[in-house]
Formats: sequence, C-alpha cells, structure tokens
Amino acid sequence: MAETEDSKIKIPYFPGCTLKTTAKNFESSAVKSAEKLGVEMVELPKWNCCGTVSSLASDDLMKHLAPVRDFIRVEEMNEEGVVDNEYRMLTLCSMCFNTLKQTNARVKASPEDLESVNNFMYLEKDYQGKVEVTHLFELLDEMGFDALQDKVTHSLKGLKVAPYYGCLLLRPKSVGIDNAENPSIIERFITAIGGNPVENWEARSRCCGSYHTVENKAIVVKLAKGIIENARSAGAECIITSCPLCAFNLDSRQEEIIREDSEYRPMPVFYFTQLLGLALGLDKKDLRFEDNFIDPEPLLVQKGLNI
Amino acid sequence: MSEERKMVTVYILGEQFSVPESSTIMTALEYSGFQLKRGVGCREGFCGACATVYREKGEYKLKGGLACQTVVSDGMTIARIPFVPAEKPAFDIEELKPDVSTFVELYPSVFRCVSCNTCTKICPQDINVMDYIQDIIKGDIASAAHTSFDCIRCGLCALRCPAEIVQFNVGMLAQRLYGKYLAPRSEELDKRINEIENGEYRKDIDRLKSLGKDELVEEYYGRDISIT
Repeated sequence: MAETEDSKIKIPYFPGCTLKTTAKNFESSAVKSAEKLGVEMVELPKWNCCGTVSSLASDDLMKHLAPVRDFIRVEEMNEEGVVDNEYRMLTLCSMCFNTLKQTNARVKASPEDLESVNNFMYLEKDYQGKVEVTHLFELLDEMGFDALQDKVTHSLKGLKVAPYYGCLLLRPKSVGIDNAENPSIIERFITAIGGNPVENWEARSRCCGSYHTVENKAIVVKLAKGIIENARSAGAECIITSCPLCAFNLDSRQEEIIREDSEYRPMPVFYFTQLLGLALGLDKKDLRFEDNFIDPEPLLVQKGLNI
Repeated sequence: MSEERKMVTVYILGEQFSVPESSTIMTALEYSGFQLKRGVGCREGFCGACATVYREKGEYKLKGGLACQTVVSDGMTIARIPFVPAEKPAFDIEELKPDVSTFVELYPSVFRCVSCNTCTKICPQDINVMDYIQDIIKGDIASAAHTSFDCIRCGLCALRCPAEIVQFNVGMLAQRLYGKYLAPRSEELDKRINEIENGEYRKDIDRLKSLGKDELVEEYYGRDISIT
C-alpha cells in the first residue's frame, strides 16, 4: 500500500491488556502521536487477551485460540467497512506483537492447525489468514523516518537515548522486526525525532528478566541494574522501550536498586511513544509522565525539553 | 381424560424411564421416583441450583442446562450436578480495590484464560462469559459486572473451563466491587435511608402493626394506588 505524505491511514489496532491497566501512558502517547502522523488507530471491537506468552508446544493448539480470535475481529472490521482493505493489525506492546505474530505464522504455515482452530471456534467465522501483525516501529519505518523527521516540531535536541530492544521485538528471527544481532530500527527512530541514539551498548537486546519479576524479584533487580549501568556507561541519559514488562523491570524495579544502593542515580525509562509525542508537540496530559516510576521531569528540564 | 398422555423415554444415571413429554428434566426426575434433596431450589430458573448435564439422542455434544427449565426429549441421557465445589476465597469488601489487582490476588486463574469460549457455549443464561473474564483482564470491572449480571451461579462454566477459572464466583466479585465502588450513588436512596434512620416512618409502622387482620385487608385494598 503506497502512502503519500498526506495520505491518512486507518488501521485496526490491538491494545492488549497491559495498555489498558498499568501502561496507559504507552497507549495514550501512541494513539495521540499516531493521530499527528495521520494514522487513525481503530481499536478492535471485543478483542481478547493475546495469550501473553506464545506457546511453543507443537500439540497445544488451545493456546493459539486467543490470537486467532483477534485476527477474526480484524477480518470482520474489513468486511463491515470499519476499515478499508486494511488487514494489518497494529500492536504496541512487544509481547502482544510477538505472541500474535508467532501464532499467525503458525496457522498460515499449517492449514491443518488452522482448520482445527476454526472447527473448534464454530460460533465464529473462519479465520481466512489475511491478517498481518505489525508493530508501530515497523509502521513508522514504512511511512519513512525522513517523513517523521519532517513532522517533528519539538526536536529532542540531541538527548542521549538508549534504544532497548529486549527480546521480543527481535526473537525468534522469524517474527523479529529487524536483524536480531545487529538491529538499527530504534536507533533510526531516535535520530528522526532529534535524539542521539546511544551506540555500542551490548545490553540493548539482553533479557530484562521478564516474569522472574513476580517470583524472583532479586534476579530482575540485578539484571535491570546491569542493563541500566551498561546504558549509562555508553552515555545514555534515558532508555526507551516498547515492552510494558521491560518497562516495569527497568523502571519500577529501580525502587529496589535505590533501596540497596544509596549512591545509585535513577535513570528515566520511557515508552518510545512518549518521546515521539514529545517531539511532535503533544499535550503533557497525553504523555502521562506521571505514570512513569522514575520521574523524567528533572532530565527534561535540564535538557530544555519540558513542556 | 380421553386424550392419552404421550410419553418419551429418558435415561437417568443410565437407567431407563418413561416420562410424559414436555416434562422438564426436574419433573421427569420426580415422575421417575427420584426424591430431590440437593440441586433443587426455586424451580423457576432463578436460583441456579439445578445444573444438569445431558445428551440428546443421536447427538455427540454434551449440553448443560437447568433441570427446571430444560424440557426432556425422547432418548435424552441425563446426569445432574448436585453441587459445584468451586473455590470462593473470603474477602473484606472494605479492603479491596475495584481494579485488576484484586483479581490477581483472589482469582489468579482468571489470567489463564485462553479465549476458547467454552464457558459461553455452556451457559444456560446465554451470558457472554468469556467476554466478562476478558473485561476483568483488561481492567474493566464495570463492564464485567454488567455482562455477568444475569448469572445465577449454576457453575457449569467452571466445570467446563480448561483453564480452571471459576467464572461464576469471579463475576460475583466483579458485581460486588461495582456495587460498592463503581456504581453511581443514588442520592434518593441516601435520603430515604436517612429518613428511616431518623424514625420518620416509625409512627406509621407502629399503627400498621396494631391493626387486626380485617383492618389490614381493608387498609391494603383501600390504599391510594392512583398514578400521578
């Protein structure tokens, strides 16, 4: 689909549960930023949880029902004219993106699996396999980071931003949005909004500890500190992510790091859409910095970026 | 009676019985000599006590329904569920928050939902059970309370759920949180409660209590029921 500079995109949007509960700052900054860029994100009607973690068991199709049910919603939106021939399903959360895209790949590759799933959900229409799961980073890349740069009204003035990929945007390779070993998409994004991407920090795709945060908090505190200090030593003033779980582990777990280490200097962690919104001149109320655990205001004031 | 009663054959716990057609499962059971002590309640489809699993002749599907509301068919096989021993943690509503964290703590199984919709398929009240479980996962407690409102706690959803969620108790918690914290307050209700607590109706009640039966009947039928 060719998009000229002024073309409007109306795209089915899958929020996921976390964006409706603990990551409202992610959703509001993304929806409003997209609006500025001519993208209308249309929330799927009656979407259900993506399933959170993609099941790798070959004989457990039950775990793939949830994503497929959401794909059916996207096909319905097209049939009902809610969107016009737009089968891309836009995601923000790295984990939703990964889980949805893995299931989509599986049922597209295996007609038998798709048939089993469709047979099970006999109250739904069959999933026809038309949907493409996409991440907002990919959409921005497709629209062109040069075009994005032109829309920036409040450049980030060289703010040193560490692009944190985590695991789920890059792995497995089959669903990754960029080269798993040497990605550049978030760096290019940071440059486009006037930031200075931190280069050569090896922790950018290191695991944050994920769900260990529930039962083994200490592991995550250690990992988070390692990632943050790695970013800092490469010159970072802040970190961005697109994963609410990474955000929780890197941002909120700094509470424990601070408790353990009185010398520790907090590091703001943003959803990438918060910096995008800042660069596009969004209202403060849509960026919701107050939801971030580490207050980013002092940094923004220091860099003359406060609004 | 000149008309002969038409009978159908049903199988209750594997035993064959002949019962009048158009019986409900409950009347068929009693007609066949079963004395119901558990799993029977209002007999009007409101209390949810009489969850039943059945299969119709030639069908492979096991269906669920209320014994008092489901009409038998010829060849039906019936097994009643006297009680669903489902989890129901105790809580103090004053200490709960009307958000997703409460469910994480009290009913963590909610987050195992795989969106299979089996609960919705079995529900005799035609409630979109999966949708209200998903509402809770999304943090929309008010929507969960509204969607689950018609639930009569028969428990069939929980019996069928592959994720072992106790939907009917989860829905009740959503409704209680909604009632306590989220529903709009009625000023009129507060006003009336105040009036009652201030004893404004004491005199009228005392007078009614002092009346004999005939006077009460006269009072009842003679009351002003004109609509203004």
